[in-house]
Amino acid sequence: MAEIELRGIEKRYGEAPVLKDVSLKIKDGEFLTLVGPSGCGKSTLLRIIAGLEDQDAGEVSVGGRPVDGARPKDRDVAMVFQSYALYPHLTVFDNIALPLRTRQLSFAQRLPLIGPLLPGHTGIERSIRKEVEQAAAMLDVAHLLHRKPGQLSGGQRQRVALGRAMVRHPTVFLMDEPLSNLDARLRVQMRTEITSLHRRLGVTFVYVTHDQSEAMTMADRVAVMMGGELLQVGPPEELYREPQDLRVAEMIGSPKINIVARAHWADDRSVLSAALAPQAKHLAFRPEAAVLITPADGVTNGTVTDLENLGSDIFVHVALRDGSETVVIRTTPDERRFSLGSTVGLKVDAARLMQFDEAGRRCGNIERVAAA
Amino acid sequence: MSLTASIQGPIRSIVRRRHRTEEATVGWLAVSPAVILLTCLLFGPAVAVILFSFTDWQLGAATFHFVGTENFAALWADPPFWKALVNTCLYVAIVVPGTVGLGLATALLIEASPGLRGFYRAVHFLPVMSTMSAMAVVWGTMLHPSIGLVNRALAAFGVSGINWLRDEHTALLALALIGIWQGFGFAMVLFVSGLKAVPQQLYDAAAVDGADGLLDRLRIVTLPMLGPVTMFVIILTASRAFEVFDSVRVLTQGGPNYASEVLLNRLYSESFDYLRTGYGAALAVVYLAIVIALTLAQARFIERRVHYS
Amino acid sequence: MSAHRPRYRLAGRIARHVLLVVSATFALLPFVWMISLSLKPPDEIFQPDFHLWPKTFHGVENYRVALTAAPMLRFLLNGVFVCAIIFVLQLMVCVPCAYALAKLRFRGRDTLFSAVLVGLLVPPQALAIPHFVLLHVFGLLDTYAALILPWIISAFGIFLLRQFFRSIPDEIIHAARLDGLGEFEIIWRIMIPMSTPALAAFGIFSVVAHWNDLFWPLIAVRSEDISTPALGILLFRDDEAGQFLGPLMAGATIIVAPLLLAFLLAQRRFIDGLATTAMK
Repeated sequence: MAEIELRGIEKRYGEAPVLKDVSLKIKDGEFLTLVGPSGCGKSTLLRIIAGLEDQDAGEVSVGGRPVDGARPKDRDVAMVFQSYALYPHLTVFDNIALPLRTRQLSFAQRLPLIGPLLPGHTGIERSIRKEVEQAAAMLDVAHLLHRKPGQLSGGQRQRVALGRAMVRHPTVFLMDEPLSNLDARLRVQMRTEITSLHRRLGVTFVYVTHDQSEAMTMADRVAVMMGGELLQVGPPEELYREPQDLRVAEMIGSPKINIVARAHWADDRSVLSAALAPQAKHLAFRPEAAVLITPADGVTNGTVTDLENLGSDIFVHVALRDGSETVVIRTTPDERRFSLGSTVGLKVDAARLMQFDEAGRRCGNIERVAAA
Repeated sequence: MSLTASIQGPIRSIVRRRHRTEEATVGWLAVSPAVILLTCLLFGPAVAVILFSFTDWQLGAATFHFVGTENFAALWADPPFWKALVNTCLYVAIVVPGTVGLGLATALLIEASPGLRGFYRAVHFLPVMSTMSAMAVVWGTMLHPSIGLVNRALAAFGVSGINWLRDEHTALLALALIGIWQGFGFAMVLFVSGLKAVPQQLYDAAAVDGADGLLDRLRIVTLPMLGPVTMFVIILTASRAFEVFDSVRVLTQGGPNYASEVLLNRLYSESFDYLRTGYGAALAVVYLAIVIALTLAQARFIERRVHYS
Repeated sequence: MSAHRPRYRLAGRIARHVLLVVSATFALLPFVWMISLSLKPPDEIFQPDFHLWPKTFHGVENYRVALTAAPMLRFLLNGVFVCAIIFVLQLMVCVPCAYALAKLRFRGRDTLFSAVLVGLLVPPQALAIPHFVLLHVFGLLDTYAALILPWIISAFGIFLLRQFFRSIPDEIIHAARLDGLGEFEIIWRIMIPMSTPALAAFGIFSVVAHWNDLFWPLIAVRSEDISTPALGILLFRDDEAGQFLGPLMAGATIIVAPLLLAFLLAQRRFIDGLATTAMK
């Protein structure tokens, strides 16, 4: 049982607020990612859950138990750090064993020289050895146990850090950008390893990242943060399809969502105009929610300014009529090709058009009118 | 096509060769003052001092004779020399742990929290910057048997002090105390820079791993991470302590009865007080040999202990 | 971090200050004692009870004696002059050499660098006799030249600057050559401006070392007129006026003050400079 509940968390550094009234419920066994640009407060929130920092207001509970004021080691959480934070002077074995030793051995038993002579030491050490070897085998670092962190590759260090976190079977795993120091190929590989680790352990994972694709691919639910606020929490596909905030819509998805000012569409002979909510100021649609057609039939017209051919997809950049706004449309190589500079018409799937008001909030559930 | 190519090859190599010679000329021009001075002021004198050590020459004398290893034999048979050697080692053995321990302790305390950090750092560093000969004079008055601060303080507790610098048992100890006083601020600064290099995430990891007490943090993170700096501070302090001269010269001149005699003071006295140049040169050669041997041993030691990077 | 236990934290803070005040007192005591005595009349110094602040202020008289009985200011000026000339000459010799060792290719470069490394090993005190003889032969003993000459070559300076120059990318030098700069122009216009931190560090190291040096001035110089501060205070002590503790402490204060004041004005620079040169 390790659901995490955050209620009204506030934090400020001096005058600057870092977290503004953040409330969030993380279910037991869930993989939740906290995603947002750097400085949005996501790492601070994670450190507050870990107990490495204290909130100025609000409550944290882990497994139904309030942990405010409890020391990190009493919260039954494990943490993996961006720099892995392995102890450079200890072997891989000792690194992984450390959390077990600090917990299971008394202070006297931990003393160098004298410790091993005290009663009970050998038995505990034997069980620790078993645990460490198990964890190491699971993470495929069993052959590295006698090495020091300095002799390991980035990926191996990452695994050791995971091993140190999982060896004492915590109910919550906290991860602070654990993959950002790896190269791109390894990063993708480690993503799947971490998610499969999550499936095997079945415990709660809270994972901080600034990389939206990492957040989307790994998580059960994604929490988007910006400027110290929680903007939206939901499963990846919900965030992609139904963002409730313009900033969420912009952050999630690659290439970025297309946003055009309503003003641009107002005088259009578009059938959509009628269906727009009165307060809608911005209209947005994903690159695959529109098709390019011959000019006359289009909802609106534009000029092709750029073509990005990725092989599987071709992204066509289209400058809308007066050239002040550009949209990107996904086409497949099998579709009709458009050449640079040609004039094209644009037809947006009305069902997938999103409206946002002045402040960037989602508005006006668009009516599912079929485009003429 | 092929014609130009076949001509271009040699031309290019000629150009490159000319460029090379030009670079070499500039290079030699640039290093020539240093080469001349290194020869005249460093390596020449080093050879000369070795030559002197095999003669009976005295400063100002018109003639001299080669006497083989006579000077070294005399050195070997000279109790004050042995006394100086033992005392220098003793001095190092007291000053190094004192300086390193005090420097480490103050560094840990100063970095423990931000209050008055800059102030403490500056205050502890002041002795490092002070002119030793003048401060030795001051220390002389502080250790003065009747009016000195030390004995006055002891008297306040009902303890009768002694004449620290004139007592065979305490003279070297008093000098070592002065050595620690002067050096520990420097050790502190080096330790502080070592502490600043310890990543905060390691402390966080230790806290999550259950090591959040003061002693656990020290044992698991701080002290191991300071390992290389400590090694370095020990070496630096030891080599500086080995060169102790100013305080000895100013306060005791090696006395009483060679109780505080050290190598450099011995070297100075023999060479420039008694003008026994050959003998002094032999001392200098021995000193040179010891210092070089120690430095090389340190370099070896450090190389072997290449740290976890 | 340990905000969870505010009471321990407060206790810890107080303990930290208590301990640091103790060690700071140890560091400061000689200075306090020195200044205290320098302000006292003779009879008060010998009185059995001790006061930090003099009952009768005798400071003016003590400092007057110190300044007139011995050429204290002359000592300081000598120190400034000697240290400045040593440093300037060291730079003139070391900078081109370090540049050539770091950036130019010529035969014998590696041999020369090895020689510099060997030179690092040689303690200057061991060379005192030959230096003395050399200066004697040229009749330079007891002159400024005697104080300066042995130090104008610094293997350490060459080594330090060479290491720093090597960290400057070759591209910059190649670009400068393409722009038509000669090698010495490159040193002057590019290497020196780019390496001010290293030069400053070496400068502080050099000045502090030679300002405080006693061993060599004791050998090379006898007359008061060209004594450096470290030697000057001893000459003053052996002088008649120096037999009185008040003036002697006043003299010590005058000798010690300039470097300490310079340090207090530019702490960061001094500490960083000395720490980096030590870490070579």
